Amino acid sequence: MIDTLVQPFVEFAFMRRALVGSLAISLTAPPIGVFLVLRRMSLMGDAIGHAILPGAAIGYLLAGLSLFAMSLGGFAAGLAVALAAGLVARSTVLREDASLAGFYLVSLALGVLLVSMRGNSVDLLHVLFGTVLALDDGALLLIASIATVSLATLAVIYRPLVLECFDTQFLRSVSPLSSPTHLLFLVLVVLNLVAGFQALGTLMAVGIMLLPAVSARFWAEDVGGMICVAVASAFVSSVTGLLVSYYANVPTGPAVILACGAFYLLSMLVGVRGGLLWRLMPRKHLEA
Amino acid sequence: MKTTVPAIRFDNLTLGYDRHPAVHHITGEVARGELLAIVGPNGAGKSTLLKAIVGELKPLSGTLKLDGLTRRDIAYLPQVTDIDRSFPISLFDCVSMGLWRTIGAWRGLDARGREDVIHALDTVGLVELADRPMGTLSGGQFQRVLFARLLLQDAAVILLDEPFRAVDTKTVADLIHLIERWHREGRTVLAALHDIEQVRTHFPRTLLLAREVVAWGDTANVLTPANLARSRQITEAFDAHAHVCDRDEARETA
Repeated sequence: MIDTLVQPFVEFAFMRRALVGSLAISLTAPPIGVFLVLRRMSLMGDAIGHAILPGAAIGYLLAGLSLFAMSLGGFAAGLAVALAAGLVARSTVLREDASLAGFYLVSLALGVLLVSMRGNSVDLLHVLFGTVLALDDGALLLIASIATVSLATLAVIYRPLVLECFDTQFLRSVSPLSSPTHLLFLVLVVLNLVAGFQALGTLMAVGIMLLPAVSARFWAEDVGGMICVAVASAFVSSVTGLLVSYYANVPTGPAVILACGAFYLLSMLVGVRGGLLWRLMPRKHLEA
Repeated sequence: MKTTVPAIRFDNLTLGYDRHPAVHHITGEVARGELLAIVGPNGAGKSTLLKAIVGELKPLSGTLKLDGLTRRDIAYLPQVTDIDRSFPISLFDCVSMGLWRTIGAWRGLDARGREDVIHALDTVGLVELADRPMGTLSGGQFQRVLFARLLLQDAAVILLDEPFRAVDTKTVADLIHLIERWHREGRTVLAALHDIEQVRTHFPRTLLLAREVVAWGDTANVLTPANLARSRQITEAFDAHAHVCDRDEARETA
């Protein structure tokens, strides 16, 4: 049993690299997802994820399969769309989700167009679905650095960020930190999606950010608890996904995300905070 | 003439949205330590005035001076909060945010801070629920929590916008005691209200608004039948083709 779980990682270096990469992502993307969910900005993650594609594509067109160029391009494009959507929402009648939807559809189309102009479909697949089994040193370093920076930043802005999600008006009334916090948070979202897109591709980087976070709501009643559950479930899902993909010979990125998805369904059914089964089970009410 | 120091001074202040005034040409001052009720029909400009004092709204014209006060000295309870009530946070944590001025973004809550939070929760009668999540509270309990947070903010000026909506009589009585305590402590309290009897009983001074100042002064002199009737007559209608207001001439927009 233990052998089955450990042997692929012992035997193959590429599996160990994939493990390190996905665990590093699992450490920081889910907490950020928790805040996205709590701010009702889940779709924002999705939109930025798609927006990264044209940036990465431009990087790819200019410099070929260069990790640095593609990451930088993706980061710039993701941040630009996040900021532009916020700006449009603030200065026109559109709500933020509507303006985001507008931006991300355009950028996704643009991205696919750019990639197919010069590359072949293999490149497109690489960008869309990532290559967790072929992470080189550079990619691992990038992912690990982003994870480190993200965790440190989250720790620093934790309290204003919680307050910004819970009661923006109050935060604005007691402190000038509201806008800087929001901005830093957006940067973290984009950074983590860029890290995730190395391993899982643009489409699925959002999955490891959001699925553990929405699952966590079924288990915990405070932000700290949600973060712990989200990170733990992302860890387990990463390992499960890697092993399933190894033994069943299926693509790794989707396997990891499907493992997250399975945990989500499970949480929805049996989660102790409002899971479906608990609601269906008739239990006598308490005295007070 | 007042002998006390003014806390807030309005000079020909006009407030509104998109050039359309919600309330215009307010001139006057609120003395430090005053307990002032702001009364008027729906759409009279009560909330707009409070929003302007906290700086959420820039004046269309005229000036608003906060004498020696900064934005941080003002605690504000808005009428419609955009608080996400399903947010996973306990009463204790929510109320302790009121201590922001002392703990800021990074300092921890020491034993004394904890005591203060518990004490504030006790004052509004919710201390047993300290560890419950906010989502489990009723509307009235929620309003009490916001009052507890205001207590901790320890602000020199407190603005309350319709603080008693959806609150039962017993709770209203408790909250009014709190407001009177703030008044005794020398804080300046402005509250937008619509229960005239409540204002007569508890608020020494009143500003009667109806898109402009109808009357302002001691409550007994302001809340006269004649003034109240006049405040109801003044139109609430938003006129998309309103003329440019020129106060020196007779108003022609009616």
